[in-house]
Amino acid sequence: MKADVQERSGAAGAGHAGTDRAIGDVLLSVENVSLAFGGVKAISDVSFDIRKGEIRAIIGPNGAGKTSMLNVINGFYHPNQGTITFKGTKRHDMRPYIAASQGISRTFQNLALFKGMTTLDNIMAGRALKMRRGLLWQALHWGPALWEEIRHREAVEKIIDFLEIQHIRKAPVGKLPYGLQKRVELGRALAMEPELLLLDEPMAGMNLEEKMDMSRYILTVNDQFATTVALIEHDMGVVMDISDRVVVLEYGRKIADGTPDEVQRNQRVIDAYLGISH
Amino acid sequence: MLYREAGQFKTSYTADMAIFPIRQDRIALILLLLFAFVGIPLLAHFQLWPLGSDYMLRAILIPFLILSLAAIGVNILVGYCGQISLGSGAFMAIGAYSAYKFGTGVHIPLEFLGTEIRIAPLPVLPSILLGGLMSAIVGILFGIPSLRIKGLYLAVATLAAQFFFDWVFLRVKWFTNYAPSGSIAAPDLHFFGYFVHSPIERYLLCLVFVTVFALIAKNLVRGNIGRQWMAIRDMDIAAELMGIRPLYAKLTAFAVSSFIVGVAGALWAFIYLGAWEPLAFSIDRSLQLLFMVIIGGLGSILGSFLGAAFILILPILLDQVPHAFGVPVSVETVSHLVFIVTGALICYLLIVEPHGFARLWSIAKEKLRLWPFPY
Amino acid sequence: MVVLGQFIEVLIGGLLAGVLYSLVALGFVLIFKASGVFNFAQGAMVLLAGLALVRSLDFLAARGVPMWAAIVLGLLFAAVVMAITAALIQKLVLGPLVNQSDLSLFMATIGITFVLEGAGQMIFGSDVYPLSLFPTDAWFVLDGLFEGGLLVNKLDVWGGLIAGALVAGLAIFFQRTKTGRALRAVADDHAAAESVGIPITWIWFVVWLVAGLVALVAATVWGTKLGVQFSIVFLALKALPVLIIGGFTSVPGAIVGGLIVGAGEKIAEVYLGQQIGGGIEYWFAYVLALAVLLVRPQGLFGERIIERI
Repeated sequence: MKADVQERSGAAGAGHAGTDRAIGDVLLSVENVSLAFGGVKAISDVSFDIRKGEIRAIIGPNGAGKTSMLNVINGFYHPNQGTITFKGTKRHDMRPYIAASQGISRTFQNLALFKGMTTLDNIMAGRALKMRRGLLWQALHWGPALWEEIRHREAVEKIIDFLEIQHIRKAPVGKLPYGLQKRVELGRALAMEPELLLLDEPMAGMNLEEKMDMSRYILTVNDQFATTVALIEHDMGVVMDISDRVVVLEYGRKIADGTPDEVQRNQRVIDAYLGISH
Repeated sequence: MLYREAGQFKTSYTADMAIFPIRQDRIALILLLLFAFVGIPLLAHFQLWPLGSDYMLRAILIPFLILSLAAIGVNILVGYCGQISLGSGAFMAIGAYSAYKFGTGVHIPLEFLGTEIRIAPLPVLPSILLGGLMSAIVGILFGIPSLRIKGLYLAVATLAAQFFFDWVFLRVKWFTNYAPSGSIAAPDLHFFGYFVHSPIERYLLCLVFVTVFALIAKNLVRGNIGRQWMAIRDMDIAAELMGIRPLYAKLTAFAVSSFIVGVAGALWAFIYLGAWEPLAFSIDRSLQLLFMVIIGGLGSILGSFLGAAFILILPILLDQVPHAFGVPVSVETVSHLVFIVTGALICYLLIVEPHGFARLWSIAKEKLRLWPFPY
Repeated sequence: MVVLGQFIEVLIGGLLAGVLYSLVALGFVLIFKASGVFNFAQGAMVLLAGLALVRSLDFLAARGVPMWAAIVLGLLFAAVVMAITAALIQKLVLGPLVNQSDLSLFMATIGITFVLEGAGQMIFGSDVYPLSLFPTDAWFVLDGLFEGGLLVNKLDVWGGLIAGALVAGLAIFFQRTKTGRALRAVADDHAAAESVGIPITWIWFVVWLVAGLVALVAATVWGTKLGVQFSIVFLALKALPVLIIGGFTSVPGAIVGGLIVGAGEKIAEVYLGQQIGGGIEYWFAYVLALAVLLVRPQGLFGERIIERI
């Protein structure tokens, strides 16, 4: 494990413009992970790491195993082989609850909001882990339970302000437009105050303006809260602009890993994307 | 113009989180509670319309309150946590029989250990609450399968509870204190030295229970645990990945729901029925409670009251209205009509307004806010 | 030998009674496979079919129509009633509820149950109506091997034969006919099926119609055994544990599950019931299903579900 702290260089084309962020130690590393469903191999022997404070992109054609990789990282799937090391603890697999309580949070490719609840309740639900008062206090809704509720409400209101969704605070999320739902989902993930934020296609189906907004949110989260971000995205322009390092998967295998510049020049990546007869 | 929130600014999160953030709602609630606690007893005391006889209290208001309470319990499980239950009747029965046993004294001979467990008869209030507690414990046990199975499979698990406990209370004579007919009578209702006897007193007792538990239920569903229940209901996988433990969320829903249903069962037996047989808590009761929740509104405390009121009033309406028009309808036809109307209404509401009467009510309020302008 | 003879007798009686559960369970499986709807109303459909059949039989017999003609006409009339029911359910309830959650659909079928029960009894009456399409006396077999022979009810054997014929017929229908293939396509993915031009509302109507006809067949056997009466609805509920045990998506599962439940509850009643108070048939199937759920949630023949997000 490398302990040195690299200072980011503002090299052209490599990642976003923030020059003062510190990229630190390895936060999470995936070693030789394989995952199969029955006979279908979704991931074969993939290793890579995510460093503290960076924006790490996972890209690849459809069916490359990107979402499965995120599912392994936050414990929804259990790999057949390989290990995951998060904050120095090595595990064969994560458990969703452990992953969440240790600071991994997540958004989903096909929105997974709590559709019957309001925006506020959705984001408050992201703080469930941090709220400790027992059932009896909650039944009274008074004293410690009330103070706790207010304290977390304040934190949530900050997130609502940050994401500029004050006007839909009390609206049921099921009826919101797609772009806003994506934002609420990001808010819910942020409410957990994660160390590692996994974003599964945060900009899918968005128009240019919405993409710019979302990029701005991601960069701000990364800059100001020093949250490490791992994201899957198909929009190569966005990926090359905002990420520090990129890992490329194809058919469940890793075919490239490096800075956006390196990856862009990699012949196998070009082949994978342009399609070449094997 | 009367129902406006304009000018009411919330200056604290506490005010914003209140159950009724709008002033007019609060006034309406206070008036309603005043009427329920003071007005109705006064009307009944002086035998004024519509409380000229005991009928209104005994046959409508008391069952309405108790079934509303049970419906709140069912709504927590089905409406808030999304775990279907076809066995609520069994949990009412567990509450009723446990309360009966605690109220008349528990004696468990343990001859093979050379000992016995003997609990002297308890007063009525602790008996009823312990009835709820027993129901909660059994609820947790039958909720455990919900950790592995979902939706419709769970329906069958709760049916198992229903049929198993139907049988237990029919066949295991210990629960009925070996009464030869299987029918048992509730102990006298002494509360803190006060003998609750007249219909007015019984009504007030139910009202106190329902008010307290409705408030507790509302507090729970608007707090952290309520959000966890709803998260599990709406998207259980995402909830789990956010650190909400399905084990804790589901089992607390089962426990709280069964507790409330159990208390309602004890009240039903002690206050409404007085004397009862095992069939008082059959699967018909379970389905009736489920219907109340669907019709009133899944995921709404207010809806539980509306649903209970509707299900209780429907047969009376179907009986009285044709009579008023001079068309006599047989008792049998009325019961068939009740089936048809209830079933059709459920399908209709599921298609048109899955949140039931409660949502229609809030839509009406929304309209009222704008009135007299169209938008 | 007496003990063994008694056991075999109980076992056979149970297995054949289990066929009755299988008959109802089949209807559930058909609808579940084709539309993902868990049809609580299957029992009410058995009641409705039985009422339509027995009341039209009585009506015709009272007017001197010969028995064979009355039976044919009665069956036809009941089939028409089930077809109308299927069309109304599809048009009024399930059509508008397309793409709703499983839970909503399930609750809607509980609503349908109540409408069918109420309407059926209001139109056709709510007494117990005896039906005698099959012989109900008993055979004594193998009396050389066991003292007094084994007692086998002819009706149960008829039930077994009918169930066998029904399964064979359904298998041919699913495998060999165009509608059957379309049905399987819809079961796999109804949006995809629709996009290749399969008329999905028609298919769902056919499914409910077939389930209604299966209910009619079940009603002939059940009605002969118990008389056509309201309590059939609750007996038919036992098809639910049967499905849990067999697996919701499997026709063989429905049959085997029915046999297991039928045999299991009879054996439990005879050998265990005496010890703990009797009447355990009432819940045995459900508790058995609960146990299966804890061990193997997809049932014996069901497919394992991989969750995705």
